Amino acid sequence: MDKLYSLSATSMKELLDKKEVSSVEITKSVIDRIEKTDKEINAYISYNFENALKQAETVDEKRAKGETVGVLAGIPVAVKDNICVKNLKVTCASKMLENFVAPYNATVVEKLYANDAIIIGKTTMDEFAMGSSGENSALAIAKNPWDTQRVPGGSSSGSAATVAASQVPFALGSDTGGSIRQPSALTGLVGMKPTYGAVSRYGLVAFASSLDQIGPMARTVDDTAMLFGAICGKDNKDATSKNYTFEGYTDSVKGMRIGVPKEYYGEGVNPIVKEKVYAALETLKAQGAEIVDITLPSTDYALSAYYIIACAEAASNLGRYDGVKCGYSGNRTAGLDEMYESTRSEGFGDEVKRRIMLGTYVLSSGYYDAYYKRAKVLQQSIAKEFEDAFKLCDVILTPTSPTTSFKFGEKSSNPVEMYAGDICTVTVNIAGLPGINVPCGFDSNNLPIGFQIIGKKFRESDILTVAKCYENTVGGFAVKEF
Amino acid sequence: MINNNYEIVVGLEVHAELSTKTKIFCGCKNEFGAEVNTNVCPVCMGLPGTLPVLNKQVVEYAIKMGHALNCNINRVTKQDRKNYFYPDLPKAYQISQFDIPLCEKGYLDILVGEDIRRIGVTRIHIEEDTGKLIHADEFGGTLADYNRCGVPLIEIVSEPDIRSAEEAKAYLETIRTILLYLGISDAKMQEGSIRCDVNVSVRKKGQTEFNTRVEMKNVNSFSAVYNAINYEAERQIEEIEKGNEISQETRRWDDALGKNFILRSKEDAQDYRYFPDPDLLTFVVPQEKVDELKAQQPELPVQKIFRYINDFGLSRTDAETIALSKDKAKFFDECMALKKCDAKLLSNWVLGEITRIANERRCEIADLTLSVENLVEMISLIENKTISNAAAKTVFEVIVDKDEKPTDIVKEKGLAQISDTSALQTIVDTVLANNEKAIADYKSGKTNVLGFLVGQCMKQSKGQGNPAMFKEMVIAGIENS
Repeated sequence: MDKLYSLSATSMKELLDKKEVSSVEITKSVIDRIEKTDKEINAYISYNFENALKQAETVDEKRAKGETVGVLAGIPVAVKDNICVKNLKVTCASKMLENFVAPYNATVVEKLYANDAIIIGKTTMDEFAMGSSGENSALAIAKNPWDTQRVPGGSSSGSAATVAASQVPFALGSDTGGSIRQPSALTGLVGMKPTYGAVSRYGLVAFASSLDQIGPMARTVDDTAMLFGAICGKDNKDATSKNYTFEGYTDSVKGMRIGVPKEYYGEGVNPIVKEKVYAALETLKAQGAEIVDITLPSTDYALSAYYIIACAEAASNLGRYDGVKCGYSGNRTAGLDEMYESTRSEGFGDEVKRRIMLGTYVLSSGYYDAYYKRAKVLQQSIAKEFEDAFKLCDVILTPTSPTTSFKFGEKSSNPVEMYAGDICTVTVNIAGLPGINVPCGFDSNNLPIGFQIIGKKFRESDILTVAKCYENTVGGFAVKEF
Repeated sequence: MINNNYEIVVGLEVHAELSTKTKIFCGCKNEFGAEVNTNVCPVCMGLPGTLPVLNKQVVEYAIKMGHALNCNINRVTKQDRKNYFYPDLPKAYQISQFDIPLCEKGYLDILVGEDIRRIGVTRIHIEEDTGKLIHADEFGGTLADYNRCGVPLIEIVSEPDIRSAEEAKAYLETIRTILLYLGISDAKMQEGSIRCDVNVSVRKKGQTEFNTRVEMKNVNSFSAVYNAINYEAERQIEEIEKGNEISQETRRWDDALGKNFILRSKEDAQDYRYFPDPDLLTFVVPQEKVDELKAQQPELPVQKIFRYINDFGLSRTDAETIALSKDKAKFFDECMALKKCDAKLLSNWVLGEITRIANERRCEIADLTLSVENLVEMISLIENKTISNAAAKTVFEVIVDKDEKPTDIVKEKGLAQISDTSALQTIVDTVLANNEKAIADYKSGKTNVLGFLVGQCMKQSKGQGNPAMFKEMVIAGIENS
């Protein structure tokens, strides 16, 4: 069969269940596709082809014997390189962990294996998930398949690029302030950040522990939901994970109230983005949804609160890269302080250092109350405003990214401008809510635009329902021929 | 000697390792003395991507200590990160508790000389231990052993209510005994399962405000606590007498040299950047659990001392010696529970022969074959004058290693005391007849020969005569002669 690699996971599953193709055939097709296109796309830090083929053989044998197989049986998936897969490197796209081999599996990886998924490789990203363009990777800078002069977004840049380039049907990303949704918007994918606590973080190399979530990225809503269903649920190894059963979703928004917060449609949002998002609202209205104007006044402060909380946690989380036990080690012969200094100044990139310094500063004695404490208070009010808003509506619809994809180097000299791009997504992490990007057209350069649907806590069903309804109504999402 | 014009002010921070089965945040075994880096896993080694999950047993143990030290229990609490770099701290932060400790505002009554002193307990919080560094020249540097990483600790912080090295020692000993009574720590100072930081300041007697304090680290035995406090107090007094200011600093106690050395001054104090650990949510201990743990609280050493004195008439010293040893107190209480013997006599045996044998054999009383029932039976035989103390020693030598009934031993060995007046009188008559000089001495006022004469009677009776009866009969015999 031709172009097996380009099929959705759902189609692959159908063919596999009907035994029309084998997992080995699919896996070979995917490997072949990656080998042909990845020099250009550069989505991966490491490949896992040999193991993937062995795994595919095992799954095929299971099916042949009539054994029960998992929901992802035989389907290739890519994993962001900040998620531990035992015996594979987990670099976080940093020189610091360039040669670090994970000695254990993340819980989501255990779940992928339990569901017989085929792990095809580890995707590149912004170093330690800090960035919105993928340019902060110390190891591989992924390109946007829609225009390889442009960024795929970040920090899940590799996962976005590999799925958008039809190298694999879906991938795992992680999202701390928009790192799944923003690259999904910039590459025309469906990408969901689950509710905080819906998916275990055990084995996800921490950036900001109170905001990080692992989530799925795919070209269709069904694939997104399929991967999410396989990885969610309570994990005894993650004290912040919650008991949760994913209830599935429908394709009807009839009677659903969609909130539109004016704060998300301000001057910072490109007119073309606004236009396409409004058009999407009209589409959903035509399908029976009710549009409700709402207000989320603290949104203006969300970016500041986000960067204070995220950097504070990051500075603490990244302290462990000290040259003592794992990862890069600098000068070990001079003295302890010299070892720390050389390890950390040589091992981390600029953006990581910038955030460690910010985070260290905001937690310092004498500054804690002025920064961290106030940011936590803001977090409470942002969460409260969402709670109040959800009394008036069932879901909230906003743009995902204020702009479409930009050129390499265009924003990298101005961190504040880069941070501003996270304005629509960070509030969702701050409030611990689920959010999903849904593609909704293109700008004049044929670059994808997406809207974001935000749901109530643990109501992934609602946002997937809206996404599915929109997908059906517009007849599916465009895939870049590449 | 401490200058009499000054008063010492001491506060102690005691770290105690809890003897839970597993570590505080992972499933690794919590044990002392394992091969280096064997009780470790990705979590306690702080490898990328790992997360802590709180061991509930740690919380329960800490609450038990909180109850024992009369603390308020904060049912809603959290854990915080204390950030600093050191190679024995693999995450570069220690998970501890900052502003809401699990237990706070308690006190501990201690006995110092004839006084009861109430020492305020500021707080008890839970935290994880660090690893150990081994400086090994043969490897050309320093090695890290992470076995101890994640061993659960409680830190017990006292108010600056302690006024002497003696009080500090008594406080620490009482804390240690309580830990043992509660069964929540091995409390072995030599293995480092209790460690102590000491805060010392001095002030002129009568002064109400505190002076600048100095913190001493590495004070790791009872005698070290005593010596370190006196050394530091003398040092401070000397400085003040010279007209110098005491600066707030941290000093390291060197027990071998009996001196302390400056570690860091206030200017170099670390900024730990405490903040709530986002990996561990606020946790709530149900009120029922707090109450249940309170109900389980055993009688504590100070309460025991008073009970022994008031209910049993033991001397203060004896009561204290028994109560401050969980082993002795347990045995003593079990004997008393049979309600068949005199407390005073029992305490003499527990503190005398029994302790001697246990020390000789380097074991606990509980490890001896000696049963509570046999000992009590033996003591009641002494009490009802069936056997003498001398005969009791013979019985004791048997029952300490064999489970035989003392009554049977007495019968078998013919150890029963002779209380038959006519049999005793014959012996007394013989002894008096052979010791005319002693009788003369007695009559001339040297009454201490009485002991000699009774001893002679005991000898004649092969130890089976009743010494009290002998004594009466000897006196009567002399007076009638």
